[in-house]
Amino acid sequence: MTKQNGNLNQMKNFENKSDFKANTKNSSASSPKSDFIKNFSKTELLNFYREMLLIRRFEEKAGQLYGMGLITGFCHLYIGQEAIATGMHHTMKEGDKVITTYRDHGHMLAVGSDPKKIMAELLGRKDGSSKGKGGSMHLFDLEKHFYGGHGIVGASVPIGAGLAFADKYLNRNNVTFCYFGDGAAHQGQVYESFNMAKLWNLPVLFIIENNHYAMGTSVTRASSVDELHKRGIGFNIPGVKINGMDVLDVIYDAQKCVDYVRANNGPMIIEMDTYRYRGHSMSDPATYRSKEEVNCKKEQDPIDNLRNAMTAQKIANDEDFKKIDDQIKNQVNDIVEFSKNSPEPDLSELMTEIYN
Amino acid sequence: MTIRKLTVREALREAMAEEMRKSPEVYVIGEEVAEYNGAYKVTQGLLAEFGSKRVVDTPITEQGFAGLAIGSAFAGLKPVVEFMTFNFAMQAIDQIVNSAGKTNYMSGGQVRCPIVFRGPNGPASRVGAQHSQCYASWYGSIPGLKVIAPYSSADAKGLLKSAIRDANPIIFLENEITYGFSFEEDYDDDHLVEIGKAKILRQGRDVTIIAFSLMVKYALEASVELAKIGIEAEVIDLRSIRPIDRKTIIDSVKKTSRCVTVEEGFPFASIGSEICSIINEEAFDYLDSGVKKLASIDSPLPYAANLESLALPKTHDIVEAVKQVCYRNK
Repeated sequence: MTKQNGNLNQMKNFENKSDFKANTKNSSASSPKSDFIKNFSKTELLNFYREMLLIRRFEEKAGQLYGMGLITGFCHLYIGQEAIATGMHHTMKEGDKVITTYRDHGHMLAVGSDPKKIMAELLGRKDGSSKGKGGSMHLFDLEKHFYGGHGIVGASVPIGAGLAFADKYLNRNNVTFCYFGDGAAHQGQVYESFNMAKLWNLPVLFIIENNHYAMGTSVTRASSVDELHKRGIGFNIPGVKINGMDVLDVIYDAQKCVDYVRANNGPMIIEMDTYRYRGHSMSDPATYRSKEEVNCKKEQDPIDNLRNAMTAQKIANDEDFKKIDDQIKNQVNDIVEFSKNSPEPDLSELMTEIYN
Repeated sequence: MTIRKLTVREALREAMAEEMRKSPEVYVIGEEVAEYNGAYKVTQGLLAEFGSKRVVDTPITEQGFAGLAIGSAFAGLKPVVEFMTFNFAMQAIDQIVNSAGKTNYMSGGQVRCPIVFRGPNGPASRVGAQHSQCYASWYGSIPGLKVIAPYSSADAKGLLKSAIRDANPIIFLENEITYGFSFEEDYDDDHLVEIGKAKILRQGRDVTIIAFSLMVKYALEASVELAKIGIEAEVIDLRSIRPIDRKTIIDSVKKTSRCVTVEEGFPFASIGSEICSIINEEAFDYLDSGVKKLASIDSPLPYAANLESLALPKTHDIVEAVKQVCYRNK
């Protein structure tokens, strides 16, 4: 069996396993997946809830501050997609790297960066993660191995392959989590990255956050074949589609993909089926989709999903959730206070850090 | 210091090999750099010495491998990316400018990108319009990039070593015609040339001729011709486009009061245009005549030999331009 045939068979193994079949609804019937919740303690589950809620409230607040003129320019919110960043973070090990596009606030929060620094950056203040010089699309936190934050659609994908290249070169047993959207999935450099990642066996997980709209263009209007997890077939890269609206589904299905990549099998593609409840950015009124569609998708809200599942299984009660709701509310208020009180950068910062 | 005779090609190869021996995180990546030994044989021998992990042949995917190399630089490696020519680097120019050039600033200094993009720039001979463009002014305008264009072998070696050690993204513009030129020069053991410093190759009092890359050869030839008619030209080899050595340019023009610039790029928004502007800002009162800039004709480069020979500046054109600024053209 040649190496190529072996890889194709591996891919078929992934596709044939029933737990990898597309699952866009939260299954309440008894199955390995519905029992998966029992693998976690109450504390762990409440932490998932907390992390997703922090992203949600942070993003809602960013939307408000944008409306007040405190954040201007581009601001792309992650509302609705929280289960992906939160769930995937659970599958990461120390030293694993994250890179994404401009819809980056949720990802940076999920890896544990200081939310005050993120909000201060959105407001263009000196205490921001990029000292106010980058803005919403250019968030970085190298201590947390978060490599941005990139404004050009598709450009972050070869960079992600490059992060993995460095890990392999330096013999680090790490995985790069390279996120991009359904829109970016059409960029030529994405396929150049797939080719090199497979050719050189790079430890990179390509995660396509398919929220079904690239700005105003639906994925069906832009794709000759819209099963994005199959875009790797031409490169022998296995791909799976995962329900991105349920944090436990994300963990359950993605862990195996992460393990595959970490075991030096080369890259994989995950297509996360998700939805953003707001427009592409703050300047998008999103008239290209109906209110009915949005409301229907809100029934799959990942935060409600988890809360309902935990309540149904009597793992937590209203009081547990209210406690977290209040904590997050206070935390976000503190974040906003801190950011508003942080001054703009010194004028001397204008011409610094152009060069190292 | 030792006197050695090296071709530009050998000098570049030595620079890469020495830096790869010194630092394990330095690696070379590009099309045909490994098993083919380099499209222009610059990387010959590197694969044999360092192996395929450190000398990496890529598929023909400039945007992808430039982005990949940049990502690897973010994560701790020091790539030397070879573009077979800088014409092909246009495929990758977003990665070079937006990902490599701007990220240090946009990240508030968190994310550095120590990378060198090198390869032949400008016309070769009879290779036609798409394979002949000079990119000095396009890259030269980008804050965040450094742009280097050496002429001689010692400068090629010293500047490439400095570039590889530099923590910034660097565009290293070579020239296919000069790869085979041989120079007998002084070399230090660890031969480094400071980035951002021009070199005065010939002192003179009557006119300053500013050139870079292959045009330095013609500038020097012109200075010999001019000396025969009593015009003593000061010839400056720019060596760095960004940062450009304003001090050397201005000090020279203040001395000579006249200036001619020479390059192979297109005339509009050229390096010569920028030098005119610099002199205008800092030495206007010292000029005895307007600065004359020589560049290619304002046209895509033709293939036919007779047309191509009219399209690019030659020694004769530099002599005539100097005579004009010296009011000696009657």
